[in-house]
Amino acid sequence: MPPVVPPLPDVAGIRSRLRRDRRATFALGVLLTIATCALLAPILSPFDPNAQLDISRLQSQAPSWSHPLGTDPFSRDVLSRLLYGARISLLISFTAVALAMSFGTLIGAVAGYLGGAIDAVLMRLVDAAFSIPTLLLLIVVIALWGEVSTSALTLLIASVGWFTVSRLVRAETLAMRDADFVVAARALGVPAWRVLGQHVLPNVVGPAIIAAALAVGNVILLEAGLSYLGIGVRPPTASWGSIIQDGSERVSDLWWLTLFPGLAILVTVFACNALGDALRDALDPRQLQAAPDDDTPIKAT
Amino acid sequence: MTAPLLEIESLRTYFYTDAGVARAVDGVSLRVDAGETVGVVGESGCGKSVTALSILRLILPPGRIEAGSAIRFEDKNLLEMTEREVQRVRGNRISMVFQEPMTALNPVFTVGDQIAEVARIHAGMSKRDAAAKAVEMLKLVGIPAPEQRANEYPHQLSGGMRQRVVIAMALVMNPALVIADEPTTALDVTIQAQILELLADLTRRLGTSVLLITHDLGVVAEHCTRVIVMYAGEVVEETITTGLFSAAHHPYTEGLLGAMPRIGRHAERLATIPGTVPPPTAWPVGCRFRDRCQYAWDRCEREHPPLYQIDVAHVSRCHLAEEPERRAHPHPPLAAERGASAA
Repeated sequence: MPPVVPPLPDVAGIRSRLRRDRRATFALGVLLTIATCALLAPILSPFDPNAQLDISRLQSQAPSWSHPLGTDPFSRDVLSRLLYGARISLLISFTAVALAMSFGTLIGAVAGYLGGAIDAVLMRLVDAAFSIPTLLLLIVVIALWGEVSTSALTLLIASVGWFTVSRLVRAETLAMRDADFVVAARALGVPAWRVLGQHVLPNVVGPAIIAAALAVGNVILLEAGLSYLGIGVRPPTASWGSIIQDGSERVSDLWWLTLFPGLAILVTVFACNALGDALRDALDPRQLQAAPDDDTPIKAT
Repeated sequence: MTAPLLEIESLRTYFYTDAGVARAVDGVSLRVDAGETVGVVGESGCGKSVTALSILRLILPPGRIEAGSAIRFEDKNLLEMTEREVQRVRGNRISMVFQEPMTALNPVFTVGDQIAEVARIHAGMSKRDAAAKAVEMLKLVGIPAPEQRANEYPHQLSGGMRQRVVIAMALVMNPALVIADEPTTALDVTIQAQILELLADLTRRLGTSVLLITHDLGVVAEHCTRVIVMYAGEVVEETITTGLFSAAHHPYTEGLLGAMPRIGRHAERLATIPGTVPPPTAWPVGCRFRDRCQYAWDRCEREHPPLYQIDVAHVSRCHLAEEPERRAHPHPPLAAERGASAA
């Protein structure tokens, strides 16, 4: 019986489809701009993000020429905090997602490739993990732990984020396991670990990358949520969530403390999701019929 | 008589599926001598490919090679080896050429890298030596501008070229046996002959034995010294190639020959064998071919035929060997009658 042949990734086609997708270009542009701002925070920031500029009158000021985004109740410049906050928020979410993706891919690939008892045990563990609400779990762990450092927070977020990827990669690996070139590699005497690493993994990372792009948005929201609840990054460190937290008691009159970091979160999450969607469409096997130089749009049904 | 290069004895490979136990290969015995090209023919689902995969122990769960099977190669039983030992045989002493050159190559690596991988694993060659070996192999299989081609990806090559690459990978280590599983089925007719000629020429020069799995009797006639006909997980006939065409014994083989298009023979339409192969989860008792056989009688229903010796080096799994007079009275097979009443 011939094995089911999974659709093969067509690298050139994917690249050209991505390039033609204006959504992808735009999203990537937005993300790069935000990342650049975060990197250049020390140059772009008009003030020290943690400096209390008017220590005698700790008061929040509305946006003005000297403070374009106003100041917070501790008299800190919001623009500077937003720029430095981008560093923390992006660092946490990208690192956490990278860790979660690597671990999830590893677990999923091993489970899918080896199959049998190992697969059953790993996937039941993942099923169990899925039944626990992530946010509640994090709140409990952090509450028990006391104050957590940024790197500990990143690890915590990563540790609850790999389940989805592991399932996804497992399914892909399962399909790849019977792909002709994988059987061929085994028939040529390639050792199992090498078959997995060299022949299976490079062909299953596509879906993991899509999941990663979509996950970054979620993790930014998660970090903001935790910081907003006061259990995320430690004050006075700025993150987008903690800036909102600083103004949370007077949202109606200190609107600039909610609006600007809120917008930053919105735009970033939106860009991540748009990029993820574009990647998914580009990798969609139903679109493989479209010739790379054919400009007629193909309607997905 | 010297020991054969490969000797399979009562190989049984079963798949434990939800629908029941599929006895895909059910007691197959065959042998391949050094330097010989043996053909295995049969319809889809008769167990040819599973036999091939079983030889290299590439069957994955839920499939399993049952106890009592033996696959002796160069005087060692492959089924008793550790996984590590088998790995040293695969691609080194025995290698495989697959049906689909489109999918038998990894799309994300250059063909040069994929050929070099074999040399690096089995000969422990350095990256540079292996790359040079890859170019040499590409030249050997007749790919023009091998230095450039080595750096190309599978999708940049035509189907015929890709199959040449697959053959190059199979021959890197100069194996004693090449198992070719329908190596030309996926190719254009014009390319098929070229690829088979290449395979035949190279294996002849290198003294390699070939187990050629195919459903094309024309290919068998041209390239094989002996032929094994499989049906429903069993060997139903085995003979030297010339004998098959002049004196086929088993009604299934007769059917296959009748279904072959031939130049110079005028026929309204090609003959077909009525019905289909029964599902491997439920092989019928008695003769597995009886519903499709125009000679079947009550004995075929009760008694599973053994392999009868017809001639020197010619065996057939058909009771006609003992009651040859029944060949004079063909009747429409059960499957054809069922088809007619259904229509």
